[in-house]
Amino acid sequence: MKRPSLPKLPLRMRTYFAAHQSQGVLAAIVTIGIALPLLSRVPPFGDLQSLNAWTNAFTIAAIYAVMAIGLNVVIGMAGLLDLGYAAFFALGGYTYAILASSFLGIHLPFWPVLIFGIIIGAIFGVLLGAPTLRLRGDYLAIVTLGFGEIVPLTLLNAEAFTNGTRGIGGIDKPQLKPLVEFTLTNPWPFYLLVLGMLTLVVILVLRLEDSKIGRAWEAIREDELAAESSGINTVISKLQAFAVGAAIASFIGVFNAAKLTVVSPGQFGFVVSVSTLSAVVLGGMGNVVGVGAGAFVIYLIQNIFLKQLNILVSQLSIPVLMDIDFLKFQYVLYGIALVVMMLRRPQGIFPARRRMRTFKDAEVPK
Amino acid sequence: MAATTPVRQVRTERQRSVFVLPLVITAFLAVMLAWMGLGQFLNAITLGAVYALIALGYTMVYGIIELINFAHGDVFMVSTFVTMFVSSTILGQKDAIYGLPQLILSLIIVFVLTVGIMAVVGAVIERVAYRPLRRAPKLAPLITAIGVSFILQNIIQFFVGPYTYNVPQIFPRDWVIMIGETRLLLLNVFVVGVAITLIVALQLFTSRTRIGKAMRTTAMDRDASSLMGVNIDRTIMITFLIGSGLAGAAGMVHGLYYGNTNFQIGFQSGLKAFTAAVMGGIGNTAGAALGGFIIAFVEVGAVVLGFSRWGGAVVFALLVVFLVFRPTGLLGSHTGDRA
Repeated sequence: MKRPSLPKLPLRMRTYFAAHQSQGVLAAIVTIGIALPLLSRVPPFGDLQSLNAWTNAFTIAAIYAVMAIGLNVVIGMAGLLDLGYAAFFALGGYTYAILASSFLGIHLPFWPVLIFGIIIGAIFGVLLGAPTLRLRGDYLAIVTLGFGEIVPLTLLNAEAFTNGTRGIGGIDKPQLKPLVEFTLTNPWPFYLLVLGMLTLVVILVLRLEDSKIGRAWEAIREDELAAESSGINTVISKLQAFAVGAAIASFIGVFNAAKLTVVSPGQFGFVVSVSTLSAVVLGGMGNVVGVGAGAFVIYLIQNIFLKQLNILVSQLSIPVLMDIDFLKFQYVLYGIALVVMMLRRPQGIFPARRRMRTFKDAEVPK
Repeated sequence: MAATTPVRQVRTERQRSVFVLPLVITAFLAVMLAWMGLGQFLNAITLGAVYALIALGYTMVYGIIELINFAHGDVFMVSTFVTMFVSSTILGQKDAIYGLPQLILSLIIVFVLTVGIMAVVGAVIERVAYRPLRRAPKLAPLITAIGVSFILQNIIQFFVGPYTYNVPQIFPRDWVIMIGETRLLLLNVFVVGVAITLIVALQLFTSRTRIGKAMRTTAMDRDASSLMGVNIDRTIMITFLIGSGLAGAAGMVHGLYYGNTNFQIGFQSGLKAFTAAVMGGIGNTAGAALGGFIIAFVEVGAVVLGFSRWGGAVVFALLVVFLVFRPTGLLGSHTGDRA
């Protein structure tokens, strides 16, 4: 009945993890987290790039996965389409950049700002949500889209705090001195940290899903009127979904800023929101694990596969294909992913366990 | 609910707007003219014509199938490239055409081809991406619309690259009328004239023809109009044809007036035009046209006040404010209980 259905494991382990979901998540992420870099030692992958480069790639993929899981709370669980999700990611990033760089000369440590980022994200989620959540789904989507545009525009123009187009550089790295040292050259501390954050978020969201709040979200998603008549305060529930989603984006945004050591308005455009949306749609709205996997797949395709395709084609010197920059296709891939998934498999590659009734009704009319 | 609104009430509302609206508009225009000066005023009017034409497509599609056609802004973007292609490659023109007969003929060719091609593109998008999802939950076609928007942008980017292109200025820019110190380009008159002609034509079409009536009944109640013998699929297809054709016309006048384009202009223009549609009352074609002009005045007004970089943010803030506080828009939504 409980989530991580690991069909290959022996029965005793399965029953154990079924009863101890969080430990199951921890075990799975630790296993995958160790296995992925090891995989890059295997010939076809190891030849592509160095182990450190792979670790970096997986770190960023994990950031996307956390984003997708956060957006999944809003879209997949509560059924609210948020098209300005990158704005919250930006909020977290800029919060850390302003509070921990030489731009304003403030150097707060990473860990409290991480907590502060969560709070900022949640506050802005509520601020955006409070007036808008009474709107119908498609209007809400446009309002969030407008918000997603206003935030980068504000970051661009409020130069006193954000340094405008150039963004804020030289952001402090996290400090955990006695244990590890975070440096630009060593990707491992960042990788371990992001895995920890991913684990935390996955456990949190899975627990939320089975809680009263999560069931309320599900009820609202399936039938708002019925949910309301069953005594659910839909406004509060939706606000909770918005706040949790925004807090997760802001949380990982802080990490992202610390990892990249630079933030600029250009990093948080509409494309980021859409790529996250593609990951959610591809993975299967409502399925936490599937959505995370979807984000990994999308990230790896755009940053590894297309890059390698470029190199491969230029090495083989195939006449016409050589002139094509395959990296340019990543956006069209998002578009195709969204259209094809919606038309052919709206429940995603990995459908949620509690299938959305909405998509069962969505039979293609003849 | 639109379907249950008493007919008489709709009438009185219309009658009131017939008297009040022109007054308000004239007063508004006079104030704007006095405030921003003739040059910026003409800018705003011309920009408004472009936004109004795009907004019509949003509002028609939303009115009939309640879909925010996210790809519509990109249809507009594609049409600017079609205009460029037609005038430079097919007609072989790089510069202004001074002979009046040749100019008129060229403009007609560019117009017909751009509008025709975009109408077909819009109908194809509807057939492939939206029709199969007509009975799906609302979010599904909205998500495909975002997908289509990305696909259109990247098809264009693939063929022409991420550069800004010059659209041939076949309409001479040195045909001017002097009004005091200010130069009024004939091009301004042409752009606004095209827009107003099309807006009026659309009004007549929806109110006077059988197809227009079918479109209105489908917007009100799809099942009932289907029972009355309206071919729903065909009606929706025609809506997309007209809406995208108008976006094509917008792209043509945009290309002629601003003289350049790139693959990214669709997103912002589309969002602003959508704001215009919401402002005028979504589903209401006259409102969309009005909203287009208002948005342009807001944007140009921001430039006049020295906030040019905040113009976009102000427009989106307006969108949020309208959706939250007055989702039926200024003129009232013709499609009933939305939002």
